[in-house]
Amino acid sequence: MNELTPTTPSPIAATEETLLWFGHDPLWLVILKVVGIFVILVLVVLFTIWLERRVVGRMQQRIGPNRTGPFGLLQSLMDGFKLAFKEEIFPTAADKAVYIIAPILSVVPAYMAWAVIPFGPEVSIFGQATPLQLTDFPVAVLYILAIASIGIYGIVLAGWASGSTYPLLGGLRSSAQMISYEIAMGLSFVAVFLFAGTMSTSSIVNGQVDLWFGLLVLPSFLIYATAMIGETNRAPFDLPEAESELVGGFHTEYSTMKFALFFLAEYINMVTVSAVAVTLFLGGWRAPFPISMWSGANEGWFPMIWFFLKIFIFIFVFIWLRGTLPRFRYDQFMRFGWKVLIPISVLWILIIAIIRGVSDEYGLTATPLAITAGFILTVAVLWILGRNVKRRRVKNLAENTIPEKFKPNSGGFPVPPLPGQEYRPARRTVVADVGAATDAGTTSVSEEVRGG
Amino acid sequence: MTASSVLAATSNSGAEIVFWVCATLAVIGAVGMILSKKPVHSALFVALTMINLAILYVALSAPFLGMVQIIVYTGAVMMLFVFVMMIVGVDASDSLIETIKGQRWAAIVLVLGFAAMLIGAIVNGLQGVPDPSLVAANAEYGGNLQGIAKIIFTDYVIAFEVTSALLIVAALGAMLLTHRERHTPKATQEERSKARFLRYAATSELPGNLPPAGTYARHNAIDTPALAPDGSTVPASVPGPLRERGNVRPVDVAAEVEVEEISEGKTVVAPINDEDGEQR
Repeated sequence: MNELTPTTPSPIAATEETLLWFGHDPLWLVILKVVGIFVILVLVVLFTIWLERRVVGRMQQRIGPNRTGPFGLLQSLMDGFKLAFKEEIFPTAADKAVYIIAPILSVVPAYMAWAVIPFGPEVSIFGQATPLQLTDFPVAVLYILAIASIGIYGIVLAGWASGSTYPLLGGLRSSAQMISYEIAMGLSFVAVFLFAGTMSTSSIVNGQVDLWFGLLVLPSFLIYATAMIGETNRAPFDLPEAESELVGGFHTEYSTMKFALFFLAEYINMVTVSAVAVTLFLGGWRAPFPISMWSGANEGWFPMIWFFLKIFIFIFVFIWLRGTLPRFRYDQFMRFGWKVLIPISVLWILIIAIIRGVSDEYGLTATPLAITAGFILTVAVLWILGRNVKRRRVKNLAENTIPEKFKPNSGGFPVPPLPGQEYRPARRTVVADVGAATDAGTTSVSEEVRGG
Repeated sequence: MTASSVLAATSNSGAEIVFWVCATLAVIGAVGMILSKKPVHSALFVALTMINLAILYVALSAPFLGMVQIIVYTGAVMMLFVFVMMIVGVDASDSLIETIKGQRWAAIVLVLGFAAMLIGAIVNGLQGVPDPSLVAANAEYGGNLQGIAKIIFTDYVIAFEVTSALLIVAALGAMLLTHRERHTPKATQEERSKARFLRYAATSELPGNLPPAGTYARHNAIDTPALAPDGSTVPASVPGPLRERGNVRPVDVAAEVEVEEISEGKTVVAPINDEDGEQR
């Protein structure tokens, strides 16, 4: 696959020396790693679904699933079994071949992206020294982007192939969303590439020994963190499956295992983008600061613990956002992507490229400059956004002064009294004497409402 | 170490398997694109071809080109195609009627000519070029990425910049040509909402969604108009065809008839029990 087999003496840049770890695994070890990644992903997805239901439950002051297994941990597994035994339904208007391919096209790329995610450093498996990563090559991060763009086909085609209105709308939204947010996502990687000097994931992790790129290029990290939520169709950007507008969006017409595959793909993608964020911006499998003082923290199998801890922090934020924020309107979402995220990304790339170029030219250290510039840009953008919101609020307040007298129907709006206004009791039309109706047939209005 | 010996050392059976599998799939995609009737199927076959070409690029030591091929062509260009086709319609098929006379024959002649040219060029090109792989070229610059960067940003920098300027101009031109001048500002959601409520104040047209038939009414049947919260009937809640046929159940009359029937003992409305014996 790549030119780094021992037979090719291609010179390797110093930043990419970890690439030499790869390409020596015997076949059994490759198979073991593939199966390992598959099993880990399935387990993580089952756990994440349970976690999401429990955490959202807690946020909504209820308990969440707690019956199947200890703490309800087996709930998602049982849900999976249930889905497998459901009746299979093919809509009459569906394009059958594409209808079947779509969920597969959604779930396979979701797994494929994990081929280049580094779980840890070199370890020894049955006496064979090997990195905790299936493979790596010089453009691994681009590979993740490419795979993600194939994965969206599953959703778009599901919408088209269902032969139904709501899924079609969901599919359309998904394709537009993917094109818009993938640009912001790709641009946010550029700053990392500039400082890491490589696009291979293991080398990027290797470049974060002293300082995480999340701090070094803060705006990129924040842009990626926003774009990744749009890319995974999660709340508040879950427009392709907006249940209050589109029933279920692209998966409205899907049932049984095909629906389960979409479900699986969504959660794997959530874990994938978290893993990419951890790898590119938060030091990958490297231990966070206080722990990293212990020399053994970044050796052997321990790094997997830090890696998954960081991932689950991201997943918790995903769940937190879903429990907190209302869904964006479609035009707001598009405007945010094209008029806020992308211009800021381009501006930031310009700044960071200048910093990098100037410091290389004059032999300065780019790190403090980049951190300062990133911090200033972040604060400036947040300040401008915050000021706009505040101005709008002040304008609204100035426009809507509260009159002293309460008009329940002012300007056609049936409104409640505002603070400081007296509530006038409503005039009610007197209903015919209900108590006198002894006949079983003449039920009172209240009973009718309750019974209906 | 010459380029061919590098190739000989690296091109094991794996590379050959990759070539035969991907080449076959790419050809299947290309043929399928021509033969399928629905445009979306065609687009999918093209995507299949693109992906397989990308894998071949990677196998030929051009990983950057391979990934860009997938991101740009499969991810963006084909996705836009699919997007447009979905807007055009689910069942839209290509019309196979010849619009220009003799088009088919002309096409066949041109295709044969082009194929002859292409095959000639390839056969000619293969002579004296033993190594189709980029291994040697990559080694010169220390990697595929570095090599491409070096070439794009030194020898071809003007061509590269001009091309991107051209693309931006094309996109802007398309936007300019399809731009429609607005004479009035577009109504915002807030303005439309206000207008709806003002209309409600003036004509008592309901500002919200229509209630489904039977809401708050005596029956939940489809022919029973819903009652608004103020007790008035909402005739528009009954589906149009029923209203057209005059099948709307008059609320008051129905109630009166029912009361009369029950009081005369004609109809006995037994309470419905479910399995637990609990009254619904």
